Amino acid sequence: MAEQIKLTIDGKEIQAEKGALLIEVARQNGIEVPAFCYHEGYSLKAACRMCLVEIEKTPKLQVGCTTPVADGMVVHTDSDVVKRARKGTLEFLLTNHPLDCPVCDKGGECELQDMVFRYGAGESRFVERKVHTEEKQWSPVVFFDAPRCILCYRCVRACDEGMGVNALGIGNRGVLAEIVPNHHDHLECDECGACIDICPVGALTSGSYRYKARPWEMEHVGTICTHCADGCKTTLGVRNEKILRGNNRDRSGINNEFLCVKGRYAFDFVEHEERLQSPMIKTANGHEPISWAKALDIVARKFSETTLKGGKFGVIGSNHTTNEENYFLAKFARQGLNTKNIDHRRTGDLATLFDALSGKNDALATTTDLYNAKAVLVIGADLAQQHPFLSFQIRANYRHHQAHIYTVTTGPVREDNQAFSSLRVQEGCELAGVQSLAEKLKAEGDLVIVFGDAIQGDTLRKLVAFGDSLGIPVKYVGLVDDSNSRGAFDMGLVPRDGGLSADQMLSATDLDVLYVVGEDPLKNAALASKNAFVVVQDLFMTETAKQADIVFPAASAYEKNGTVTNVCGEVQKLKNAAKVMGTKTDLEIVGLIAKEMGLNLGIWLPDKVLEEIRNTVHGYNVPLAVLATGGAAHTAPLNGRVAALPGIVKSANDTLFTSGGLTPYSKILNEVMEAPGQLYSSGKGQQ
Amino acid sequence: MAKVLFNQPSPLETKVISQRFVLEGSETLDVYLANDGFKAFLKAKEMTPEAIIEEVKTSGLRGRGGAGFPTGMKWSFVPRNHPKPRVIVVNADESEPGCCKDRLLIEYDPHQLIEGILIASLAVDAHVGYIYVRGEYRYLITKMEQAIDEAYKRGYLGDNVAGTGWKFDLTVHTGAGAYECGEETALLDSLEGKRGVPRMKPPFPAVAGAWGMPTLLNNVETYSSVPAIIRDGGATYAAHGTPKNGGTRLLCLSGHVNKPGVYEIPLGYPMMKAINDLGGGMRGGKKLKAVVPGGSSCPVLTAPECDIPMDYDSLAKAGSMLGAGGMVVLDEDTDMVGFALRVMRFYQHESCGWCIPCREGTTWLRKILQRFYDGHGRKEDIPMIGELSKNMLGRTFCALGDAAAMPTISIIEKFRDEFERYLERTTVAV
Repeated sequence: MAEQIKLTIDGKEIQAEKGALLIEVARQNGIEVPAFCYHEGYSLKAACRMCLVEIEKTPKLQVGCTTPVADGMVVHTDSDVVKRARKGTLEFLLTNHPLDCPVCDKGGECELQDMVFRYGAGESRFVERKVHTEEKQWSPVVFFDAPRCILCYRCVRACDEGMGVNALGIGNRGVLAEIVPNHHDHLECDECGACIDICPVGALTSGSYRYKARPWEMEHVGTICTHCADGCKTTLGVRNEKILRGNNRDRSGINNEFLCVKGRYAFDFVEHEERLQSPMIKTANGHEPISWAKALDIVARKFSETTLKGGKFGVIGSNHTTNEENYFLAKFARQGLNTKNIDHRRTGDLATLFDALSGKNDALATTTDLYNAKAVLVIGADLAQQHPFLSFQIRANYRHHQAHIYTVTTGPVREDNQAFSSLRVQEGCELAGVQSLAEKLKAEGDLVIVFGDAIQGDTLRKLVAFGDSLGIPVKYVGLVDDSNSRGAFDMGLVPRDGGLSADQMLSATDLDVLYVVGEDPLKNAALASKNAFVVVQDLFMTETAKQADIVFPAASAYEKNGTVTNVCGEVQKLKNAAKVMGTKTDLEIVGLIAKEMGLNLGIWLPDKVLEEIRNTVHGYNVPLAVLATGGAAHTAPLNGRVAALPGIVKSANDTLFTSGGLTPYSKILNEVMEAPGQLYSSGKGQQ
Repeated sequence: MAKVLFNQPSPLETKVISQRFVLEGSETLDVYLANDGFKAFLKAKEMTPEAIIEEVKTSGLRGRGGAGFPTGMKWSFVPRNHPKPRVIVVNADESEPGCCKDRLLIEYDPHQLIEGILIASLAVDAHVGYIYVRGEYRYLITKMEQAIDEAYKRGYLGDNVAGTGWKFDLTVHTGAGAYECGEETALLDSLEGKRGVPRMKPPFPAVAGAWGMPTLLNNVETYSSVPAIIRDGGATYAAHGTPKNGGTRLLCLSGHVNKPGVYEIPLGYPMMKAINDLGGGMRGGKKLKAVVPGGSSCPVLTAPECDIPMDYDSLAKAGSMLGAGGMVVLDEDTDMVGFALRVMRFYQHESCGWCIPCREGTTWLRKILQRFYDGHGRKEDIPMIGELSKNMLGRTFCALGDAAAMPTISIIEKFRDEFERYLERTTVAV
């Protein structure tokens, strides 16, 4: 622990770490020192001059954001001099700031507005003409209104330091200085919108949300993004059951201030016009709507008949549905349909990983571990594309702790910029590349290994053996694609005990029933059994749904409660934000089918099912209080040997804008991809 | 044909660093060598770095760029045994309104500057140097480069300086015309190819300057004073001035005097003598109204306040600064409102925009002063100009905000009556 010193702030004696920043020490002790440019975690700028404080025996006021605390320091943050200085700075700021708060998106949650309320300068003495420039659109989702900008440079730092993209800079000088894109007139970036969230005023506004609502009209629902496996919290602004925006301004999730383009904007698939809103039955004229009662009756009869005659079922679950839904579906299949043919689209070899790590404690890394590890090794994955939050964590680790980053990939990845060592290997030679780093890795304090689907089966066992041979603590992140891929595996949507894998189900000519929940296995494959009865639960008329006898309209992750498990095994709670008429959650649909079949599988309420999961699924006895307060509970289901599974493990290796099955239905994502000159527009995405 | 000089020298001057200015071909290495050139460097080469720094300390030389920091002390801050190489940077971004001395040192005696840089390189064990010349000094860039070329060709720069085996490379870097880049850390950013905005201190350039390397950064005149100090001894140089203000300096005398020009005077030279004797008295026999003693950023002195010796301490006592030697003399006809506006227009234009008080403060003040000047002033504007200036003073990121605030505060306090008279001329209320 660093040396402790004593100082006095506003008469309060405070113990602090020597060299800590005064503004942080004050804030930690409940003393507010206002600031615009200071933002925890990013480089210091000392530009806004709001955090001026009085330090005894120092002639001039000092900025709290760059002053390290020292022993015996006596600080005043509320003296008349300080108050006058704050007021003076705010008065200066307001001279060229348009007072269009009544129409500004930020009104109500604007830091400048708050500070003017608190520290005065509400009445203007400025009678001159203001500097005005026209608003600019930098991308489909980012607008910039220079007059509102107070030049705190937060956006510039969030983009450069946080995202590693460096799309923003500063142009012009003096009072005409303004934030500019580094590429002419548009952004060449991830379109993550971090600049919008971090903007203390309304200078940067969101293309999808601007001028739509006031913050206080909305309900703010913190839930988990459904588009990739990283499990970022997104706070959805909901008005009249319609989602208007997503953001992470409260920084309450594991993702802190990070949110990518999908978490922030791609909630609009919810109200896509092609959403299914009624059960459908296949007729000679294509699919036609049918009542829930009839559809459930047809499906229940077919399932019961097939069960009775000992027919062959195939059940394919989803990477997107909740743990409760996956658990209940697996239970329904095993106990209700008496089948072992259960699978989901597996995107990472978790079975081998868990088996290879059996007997080890604490060998699965959390997202926090990625931020704290002394070294991180990325194998065969372009994290910035497929796991943007993990990529962010690694960058933050490098920025704050100078962690050693190693990359072993087939092509260039963003982590190369921070890398201690970058290795390009041929596809399939990743492990050999990793082994060549042995000497360097042995010198590290501890290591987190992040690997993609290039490492599976025997190769994965060898990787774990290699990790063991290093003689340092090693943790692993086995990458999977989707928002609950990990949960689908953990909840048992796998062909254990001799069941058929998904590909075997499709190729079995004698399959009687194919029951697909939230997945699209027939997108790129054909069903061999021509007479199979196909039931699909989905949001959209997918390729599989088009071949289905009965299709049930399912609710999306933003329309239900439950829990999901992210790529690092962190369980978080989904919260119902919106409602689409005519849909039901997958849990309810499975429950209703079971009920119709006369089965008693227990109550299908998310909380009740979770209770059962906590009691029966190894590693899932997570503290409810953590979940209820919006936290993430880590599960580490390493419980002895795991049998090898048949079937294919393959990641979709999507891009930032196309990951997950729902992104094609997001108009904003499509717009962003079509915008000219994008860094990751379709085609250019795969680096 | 006799050499056309910037101004005729005065017999009242104490010529130390400007002694070669009058010589025909003073910018050439031959003339420089024939007139004591590189004697100091060869002497310094035989001295220890500590001894060189000690000699500079003895000379009492203080930074001629405006801040007046003791030069020897600054040199001693550069860690000679640092694992990173040391860098010498010359601040030739002479941008302070009223100053025009560095240009003469480069134009008339570039080799003196080179020798000063070389001696500094011995003191801090540096082998590379950059001369950062302001963009507007285009013709000087050519002159400086010619001198550097000549020095390279004749072996006074490069791998074997003056046959001593000392290695030193010198390059001219051109600024793009920003006043802010005269601030040492902004200069370094600009030198590195970045946007010229000041850096946070600490770390100071002596520890982490250009490209993060320990950097010795001084003004042209400071480096140019070094050869004389080493050659004749620090004590001889110091004897020109007053006890805590050693040596001579170039005074850039401008404004309403009969003989404006750049004159070399010892520190502590009486201000009134400079106006009346060096400057040949007030133009047209007018009365003195005010003096800007060291460049536009210095608080103005009223005529009665001008009866003081010109050294760092006396000026500070009088509530102003010696600054970079840009003395502007204003006669009784000077419109102080117009003067205040002109000064603020400069700083508003030159504010880099980095921090709020300077960016917004200078703009607001300029607008008020312009309105006032245009005859639309209001009574409440007068105290507001002072108050807004004080809201900038000491609260900006770098000294540019102070530079704008200080003269304005002094003008509004000392010449308030002129502002009030403007109100009588006010035609239209706002």
